[in-house]
Amino acid sequence: MSTVPTALAKRSPLKIVAWAVPIAVVLLVLPYLVDPYQSILLAYGLAMAIAVLGFNLLLGYTGLLSFGHSAYFGVGAYAVAFMVKYLHVQSMELFLLGAIVASVLVTALFGYVCVRYTKIFFSILTLALSQVLWSLAFKFFWVTGGTDGLRVPTPKLLGVVTSEGEDKIHFLAHGYYYYVLVVFILCVALMWLIVHSPFGKALQAIRDNETRARFIGIRIRRYRFVAFLVSGVFTGIAGALWVPLNGLTTPDILYWPFSGEIVFMAVLGGFRNFTGPIVGAVVFNYLKTYAVGFTVYWQAFMGVILVVLVMVLPTGLVGTAKLLGAYARRRFAK
Amino acid sequence: MNLLETAKLTKYFGDTHAVDKVDFTIGEGEVLALIGSNGAGKTSLVNLISGLIQPDSGRIVFRGEDVTNQSVDGRIKAGIARSFQIVNLFDELTLLDNVALSIFSREGKTRRLFSLADHQHAVWQEAHDILSQFGLESKAPVLAGGISQGERKLLDVAVAYALKPRLLFLDEPTSGVSTREKAPIMDVISSIVRSHKITAVVIEHDMDIIFRYSDRIVVMHQGVILASGSPEEIRRNETVKDAVFGPSHA
Repeated sequence: MSTVPTALAKRSPLKIVAWAVPIAVVLLVLPYLVDPYQSILLAYGLAMAIAVLGFNLLLGYTGLLSFGHSAYFGVGAYAVAFMVKYLHVQSMELFLLGAIVASVLVTALFGYVCVRYTKIFFSILTLALSQVLWSLAFKFFWVTGGTDGLRVPTPKLLGVVTSEGEDKIHFLAHGYYYYVLVVFILCVALMWLIVHSPFGKALQAIRDNETRARFIGIRIRRYRFVAFLVSGVFTGIAGALWVPLNGLTTPDILYWPFSGEIVFMAVLGGFRNFTGPIVGAVVFNYLKTYAVGFTVYWQAFMGVILVVLVMVLPTGLVGTAKLLGAYARRRFAK
Repeated sequence: MNLLETAKLTKYFGDTHAVDKVDFTIGEGEVLALIGSNGAGKTSLVNLISGLIQPDSGRIVFRGEDVTNQSVDGRIKAGIARSFQIVNLFDELTLLDNVALSIFSREGKTRRLFSLADHQHAVWQEAHDILSQFGLESKAPVLAGGISQGERKLLDVAVAYALKPRLLFLDEPTSGVSTREKAPIMDVISSIVRSHKITAVVIEHDMDIIFRYSDRIVVMHQGVILASGSPEEIRRNETVKDAVFGPSHA
């Protein structure tokens, strides 16, 4: 009888360190190797990666497809904008705190309603509720700025680092980039811990077979609610990090196409593995940026990519890379 | 002493009297077989007791406590577990994960968000031990969706057994497997159930298995209990012969 837990043997910390450390080093030195525009683009990608990580806790691990994650992203972004406009806050840490509190409140409310349903009913409900927030942001223009949105200046980082006396682009490409990178690493570590916890295992059990999960004593609705909450908070944090980069928040980020983009990112990277959403978010960001610059028909271009993805690479970029890697190892072994 | 009692337990589906004022008892440590033709109400009775469906009326008392209105997880905590006629497994998880999840849940550890499941060595060790008892240890790292039907049946029971139940319902544990596989599967299940003194209720259609492995047989017909007794008494019962086995057996 084996005494070594198989799952433990599979996830050796050394293996994780072997690929995580080189990536972290590249991310650390990148602002000094590429032009500021590329660093800012990557910061956008990292912020979005946090949102997609949160989204994927629901899709990949719990089996719930949300079409309303723009709501929590928007809540994070608008929470920051409101703090700037009405409370004159400048601190990025307070922005993050405010975004977390706001997204907890909204996600708890929406989650209470949504987790009672699954499949298409869950997706439609999340979509409908996000549209409610969009219409509020759109119509209450005296509070939200309407389609003009609300401006968000560069924040003060850790109470000391500001863009005063510094080129804004340089600040975003260096100081703010590193801030986003640190929050990103913390979020990745936290999400990794959650999905590999007994709670994460329970979510996978619910995803695979709700009846059996119920009959081993898992309280389905409660676990879905907690997953929904965590997912929303991650997406809210992403919104808070994104808005200083963008300098402006408008109702567009609450609108359903933005939720669609989050789904697209997860599918692009692959939603059945941990790193897929991260890769998907970063790649999508570059893809969209260059597609917009390349052609006025960029939406059609992105649509074709999505169709090809679903038909040819259903496991996403990371899933496909893993399959190819396994194939290569088998060939090499022969 | 009775471990479980139902009093006038009733469930109608429209005009169909699936379970009709059933008074059912099972004693501590018994291995009881629940038989009857298709539609007799066997699975409905198990579904009612395990909490999958709610009764229209009647009571379910388990270890002296009324559990009629208890949630499924409340009943599991009380000591009721079950396997399913159509196996319910976590197909995209390994056999080891399937069993370990039951143990995590039993110990209330699935509520933990910020601790690594892999570091719960005692849980994994127990999961390995259970798989060994069920003869599935060599398949521990295999996905549950990729094993044979007989192995899936055993795993379904192993997942329920990992909850350390006092009362285990086995809903057709050998259905869908070849005749050759039936006896070995029942041998494994029977030896585990008896060695751990687990009270078990087996729903089966295979009479050879019923007569070989059960202490007592309860016969259901059209939602009511037709007869109850030892395998020999049931074998000789003319009413049962007519209702369950058909006129050719009479």
